[in-house]
Amino acid sequence: MVKRLNIGITGFGCYIPRFRIRTEDIAVANNQNVDLIKTALLINEKTVPNKDEDSISIGIEACKNALLRASIQPSRIKAIYMGSESHPYAVKASSAVIGGVLGIGGEEGNFTAADTEFACKAGTAALQMIAGQVEAEMIDYGLAIGADTSQGAPGDALEYSAAAGGAAFIIGKNKKGKEESAANILYTLSKTIDTPDFWRRNNEKYPTHMGRFTGEEAYFKHITSTTQTMLDETGLKIYDFDHVILHQPNGKFPLKAAKMLGITKEQLKFGIVVHEIGNTYSGSSLLGLVNVLENALPGQRILLTSYGSGSGSDCFVIETTDLITEKQRIGKKLLNYLQNKQYVNYNQYRQMVKMIH
Amino acid sequence: MEKVGIIGTGATKFGELWKQSLRDLLAESQLKAIEDAKISERDIDMIFTGNMCSSDFSGQSHLGSMAAEILNVNVPSVRVEAACASGSVALRQGIQAIKAGEADIVLVNGVEKMTDVQTRQATTGLMGAGDEEWEGFNGLTFCGLYAMMARAYMHKYRLTREQLALVSVKNHKHATFNPIAHYHNEITVDQVLNSSIIADPLTLLDCSPITDGGASVILAKENIAKKFESPIWVLGSGQANDTLSLHGRKSLTEIPATTHAAQRALMQAKIGVDKVNVTEVHDCFSIAEVMAIEDLGLIPRGEAGRIMEEGQTYFDGKVPINSCGGLKACGHPIGATGIKQVWEIVKQLRNEAGKRQIGNADIGLTHNVGGTGSTVVVNVFGRDRENKGY
Amino acid sequence: MFLDEIERTKDIKMHRQSPIMRWRKYPERYRLEGNRCNLCGRIYFPKKELCECSSREFSAFQLSGKGKILTYTEIKSSPEEFSEMTPYCVGIIELAEGPKITAQIADASVDELNIGDPVEPVFRKFFAVGDSGIIHYGIKFKKIE
Repeated sequence: MVKRLNIGITGFGCYIPRFRIRTEDIAVANNQNVDLIKTALLINEKTVPNKDEDSISIGIEACKNALLRASIQPSRIKAIYMGSESHPYAVKASSAVIGGVLGIGGEEGNFTAADTEFACKAGTAALQMIAGQVEAEMIDYGLAIGADTSQGAPGDALEYSAAAGGAAFIIGKNKKGKEESAANILYTLSKTIDTPDFWRRNNEKYPTHMGRFTGEEAYFKHITSTTQTMLDETGLKIYDFDHVILHQPNGKFPLKAAKMLGITKEQLKFGIVVHEIGNTYSGSSLLGLVNVLENALPGQRILLTSYGSGSGSDCFVIETTDLITEKQRIGKKLLNYLQNKQYVNYNQYRQMVKMIH
Repeated sequence: MEKVGIIGTGATKFGELWKQSLRDLLAESQLKAIEDAKISERDIDMIFTGNMCSSDFSGQSHLGSMAAEILNVNVPSVRVEAACASGSVALRQGIQAIKAGEADIVLVNGVEKMTDVQTRQATTGLMGAGDEEWEGFNGLTFCGLYAMMARAYMHKYRLTREQLALVSVKNHKHATFNPIAHYHNEITVDQVLNSSIIADPLTLLDCSPITDGGASVILAKENIAKKFESPIWVLGSGQANDTLSLHGRKSLTEIPATTHAAQRALMQAKIGVDKVNVTEVHDCFSIAEVMAIEDLGLIPRGEAGRIMEEGQTYFDGKVPINSCGGLKACGHPIGATGIKQVWEIVKQLRNEAGKRQIGNADIGLTHNVGGTGSTVVVNVFGRDRENKGY
Repeated sequence: MFLDEIERTKDIKMHRQSPIMRWRKYPERYRLEGNRCNLCGRIYFPKKELCECSSREFSAFQLSGKGKILTYTEIKSSPEEFSEMTPYCVGIIELAEGPKITAQIADASVDELNIGDPVEPVFRKFFAVGDSGIIHYGIKFKKIE
């Protein structure tokens, strides 16, 4: 039986870089059919990190927004876990750098930190780890981050979707009389099945994927079965949710998974953000969650199911509180970042992503 | 107080001198000055050598010892460093040694060898003249620093891009009359505007070049100097220091240390700046000359653009500036520049400047800057031991 | 591969490679921590040892990062370690609390900037020392939209 939790999201925030490249510009450069690509992927444009941005810098900007909304002293946060497929170092924790920059745990650095990896669900895995520590009251507040500057090889299908962005969440225990949570995390559970759908070896620049195999046996299997298990264990029905967020590797997959689960277009309205951003990997479903939180009304129920190749899914049931409205007024929203954009051409794009490790 | 006179001077050619090493330049410069003074190297009591980058570009520190070794002497000899003001600050050490009674005859050198390393490495090395942590590490270059001053100045005083270009055009013209200059070609305003941007809004032709060269002077105490044929007198010397970084400065459109150094030098010389008729200023970048002539009080603040358009800063104009071609066209071997400026003043005051001779030159001023204005030295020289100023 | 690495980083000067020099300055570089004179209240960034009022007593002070552009340039001929980032803008920023600092201006080309533009701090990568060296980070500033 899935345990009912008593924790909440006190701060949430995201960041996407300023620059964009249009799908048609990539298609033209690769001599591919623009219309076919657009129909297949349902991605219009994706984010491009500037040469001086990486998962750490993106994570920090997302955390700044989360800290503004949480309005607590960074020194009170005692754990950071960060998930990414593009940690700048193979050995040197991004979470430690971020903690230092933000003053987490105070001057003495009284906090624990570690980086996670599980393809695109590294961020939600980090969220589960923080949830555990807060629920157990080992810490008062924890910070979970999912951020990526993912890479797609020139000419490969992933080139159209691999994007950059990140999200951050500050979690605290719910205390009677001291309500701080904008949205409560009620339940979380996961499924993990070893699957060779998509991977990247050490020292390789680009991942390898098994084409159509990444669909049925990997993405769809995990998204649907994990979501279904959550529904079974909680007794909730799919129509009980006002908002649904699914992992978004492209614009097509989440719509197909939604159909399989009986999720409506209305429920996906704020949760699916991939069409104008691309797949931000560890930030993918978490960016959708931030967008939902930035637009939801009080007392609404949210379902999130992430997916990480290799494979696994993390599912969450979340409910907004009355405090959500005032938190929405603070910090920069995804909408603001979406509006402040600048297009680059294919050559500029390749120059900019050359800097990604 | 003891007056100090200049009894000899010499300089190497300035340019990309592939065949000459740091030591070769130092040797040539020293020997030329000694020859010009018609003294023996054994008459020298003390040696100061201005240089900024020998450790960095040549792996050679301890230049004081090299200078003495060249001359086969064992007198006190030391290297002096103050970034691009190294030469002038070395001169001040020589002047002070004589005034303190520690030496009768002092040799002062300025030397720099910059072309043994790649241009980019030289550019990074030069950032040692600014704040390494807060300017250099941010990816700034010296051109970038002066470019920021240029933008601020142009914004405040409405100086145009074309007016700014007049500095380099004039200095190149002057250099055609200077045999030792790095460049002997004339350039136009269009060429300056169309050359590649190094740091917006400054272009390649706004920037002084990477140059090798050396210059030397021989200083002597009054009783000795007055016995020479045409000694040139140090009437006053002033130095002022300011913040290492540009952002720490009180102004982005002037160099306050120039004004302070000039006041100190002119007060010692007991003379007003209006009596100066030959001036060498530190035009490391075109904007630097613009700010210098205003900071020195030679022209009113903000008027540089108009005055340059009227041609007044040419060597035959009312306010002749940089008759040798300045740093831009004569070249800028960092440590040598301050001494080369003195060499030019000496030539002018002795009437030995040939085609670039300024008529009735009798009071000369040198202005030498380290960094973006962190060290400034202003020296005043005269043909007559007692100037007619007071 | 070792020799390749030496090739790639040889042109970056030792002091720019040094992680230790920059680690020492993390509080300033990463968090804009300056100090404030206990006697006259003047705020400094970077930290000062001796105040203009001659006091030597200071307290740590966190600057907000809000500021405006006093002047700027776009570097087109850059030092080796920044060669891949070129061109980039650098400016002198006047912070709200008084101090002026030099910093890169992120995500902007020189035509987009004006003297007086309000800016806010962003955390960005400065440069990596080859493929095996440290990655240097710090604060740049970005126009407030």
